[in-house]
Amino acid sequence: KSLFHKVWDAHTVRTLPDGRTQLFIGLHLIHEVTSPQAFGMMKDLQLGVAFPERTFATVDHIIPTAKQQRLRPFRDSLAEQMTVHLTDSCKQFGIRFFHEHSGAQGIVHVVGPEQGLTQPGMTVVCGDSHTSTHGALGAVAFGIGTSQVRDVLSTQTLAMAKLKVRRIEVNGRLGAGVYAKDVILHIIRTLGVNGGTGFAYEFAGTAIEAMSMEERMTLCNMSIEGGARVGYVNPDQKTFDYLRGRPFAPKDADWERAVAYWKSIASDKDASYDDVVVIKAETIPPSVTWGVNPGHVVAIDEPVPSPENVAAHDRAQIADALKYMRLEGGKPVKGEKVDVTFIGSCTNSRISDLREVAKHVRGHRVAAGVKALVVPGSQLVKEQAEKEGLDKVFTEAGFEWREPGCSMCLGMNPDKLVGTQLCASSSNRNFKGRMGSPEGRTMLMSPLMVAAAAIRGSLADAREVFGLEN
Amino acid sequence: MALAQIKEVVGRGVYIPGDDIDTDQIVPARYLVSVTFDGLGEALFYDARFERDGKPKQHPLNDATYKGATIVLGNANFGCGSSREHAPQAFAKAGFKAIIAESFAEIFFGNSTTLGIPCVTLNHDEIEGLARAIAAKPSLEITVDVEHLEIRAEAQVFKCQLKPSAHDALVRGEWDPIAQLIEGEPQARALSKTLPYTSW
Ligand code: SF4
Repeated sequence: KSLFHKVWDAHTVRTLPDGRTQLFIGLHLIHEVTSPQAFGMMKDLQLGVAFPERTFATVDHIIPTAKQQRLRPFRDSLAEQMTVHLTDSCKQFGIRFFHEHSGAQGIVHVVGPEQGLTQPGMTVVCGDSHTSTHGALGAVAFGIGTSQVRDVLSTQTLAMAKLKVRRIEVNGRLGAGVYAKDVILHIIRTLGVNGGTGFAYEFAGTAIEAMSMEERMTLCNMSIEGGARVGYVNPDQKTFDYLRGRPFAPKDADWERAVAYWKSIASDKDASYDDVVVIKAETIPPSVTWGVNPGHVVAIDEPVPSPENVAAHDRAQIADALKYMRLEGGKPVKGEKVDVTFIGSCTNSRISDLREVAKHVRGHRVAAGVKALVVPGSQLVKEQAEKEGLDKVFTEAGFEWREPGCSMCLGMNPDKLVGTQLCASSSNRNFKGRMGSPEGRTMLMSPLMVAAAAIRGSLADAREVFGLEN
Repeated sequence: MALAQIKEVVGRGVYIPGDDIDTDQIVPARYLVSVTFDGLGEALFYDARFERDGKPKQHPLNDATYKGATIVLGNANFGCGSSREHAPQAFAKAGFKAIIAESFAEIFFGNSTTLGIPCVTLNHDEIEGLARAIAAKPSLEITVDVEHLEIRAEAQVFKCQLKPSAHDALVRGEWDPIAQLIEGEPQARALSKTLPYTSW
């Protein structure tokens, strides 16, 4: 059996009349955007919280990342209202809340793993599609809608149909300047933005095994951009080492029992899969998105498609995407001028992301006229980075060093694009208007490629900018 | 909690063309800054429908001919992107009762079903055919026969697809599973004690 099936079976409460499974949820994470309405529905139905100790809250989407704007009440009164609402609900129901004065606030998908809340063999849900991130630890984790947030709060269960499982094996060694972000962009490019619908993705192979836990999080984070609601990596020694000593990780005598359980839920060698895809790591280039969905991917030195050269069925969409992005078909994206660069989001804002970029940007300067943000994923990430002096490296190079939050990733807080600005971003979505301006343009890439764009003032190959060689 | 059995939706249609219509287009993020779902009907496709200064753009939902439509017609991977239930809520608040597309993103599909909005699929050519029929005659009455998985529009009849569990839930009036989940809660509690990690 695969990990997915083992975890699914262990959490199956019963089969519902419509054939779906009533699934028990081990960990429920909530944030200020998708939970207030759920608490509202519960009030209407006079329901309480069934397992308050299994839900944790943080505030990330609407919280400003500039220090002076974080003073309460927030300037945006609706944002203030959402935060107050979440605070009150947590108090009322006894839910632990990583608020902005807790020292542990951050993006929900950064906080869960770093607190040791997310563990192998758990079911993890959150009213947020990037919950797939938590699969990096060997959990079955997926995003849910607000009605399901209500279901989980009030019963710790939800109704769901079982998924199929596709194993995606990436074997070999990634080239210099190629990161987990490039791997997932390449996978989405290959399998399509809806190729994963109905599937859980099991990421495996030597290139995945070689990845750090945080790289695996980047990978699993964007499963949903390929249509797969769940993405996971089987737990191994790296997973256990990552978890040991974290605040909510099992301790003492529990630790050994935990590791035994975690080992037992990994996919069996002879597990069967509904589909298997094999990719050679060496074939994956540093990639960027050029269009308006995360499947619109090219290698940094490759021209963008032109409508004449694509299948008739895709022509209109490609033409529309090029028009929106103000790009000419058939030309490379390299050299495209950027206005803003963003290193952050639940995809790439962890300590290893910041370390990797800091290592290379020393001695460089952000190009004139470029607004360059570095937004750590959590207060703990920020604290650690400052301990290592990374904040100085960034500010000396001309980057702004911010407080934790979702920031530019989506237009719900003061960090937004203006007009048709182009942003080189380490986040996960390049949808039209995603960054708060209806005409704003986003290009997704690895954090180091974002840094390269910041320094050159235009899209650039990080391998050239930083002299990386295989 | 008795829910309506959703066996059939009858109404006029509006075609919103394009693959991969994402939830950021359906409800731009700034409309999520709220603690309720109120007012989302106006946010529906806002940036695709209006210029910055509020001037309407050309968009099927701005076209008076399709005013009063209750059935949305779309292409592939409809509703991809975020898990925001605001997206189907916005359709519901704008008066839509069913969506027909080539395929749906999974979370959007689940969220819509839980709100009692059937999301049924037809193949590409059938969608295009139906779209042409609507364009030729916007007053065309379309029947989404959820129970018998059929779409009828005058002489045209198509067999449509719907996940069996969603079909069941809609037709039986159990599309919002909360009552059943509550019923199973004692079992859930018992199960939770068998999971190793609940004790550490
Ligand atoms: S960083 Fe972006 S994708 Fe991640 S949770 Fe925040 S808004 Fe969503």
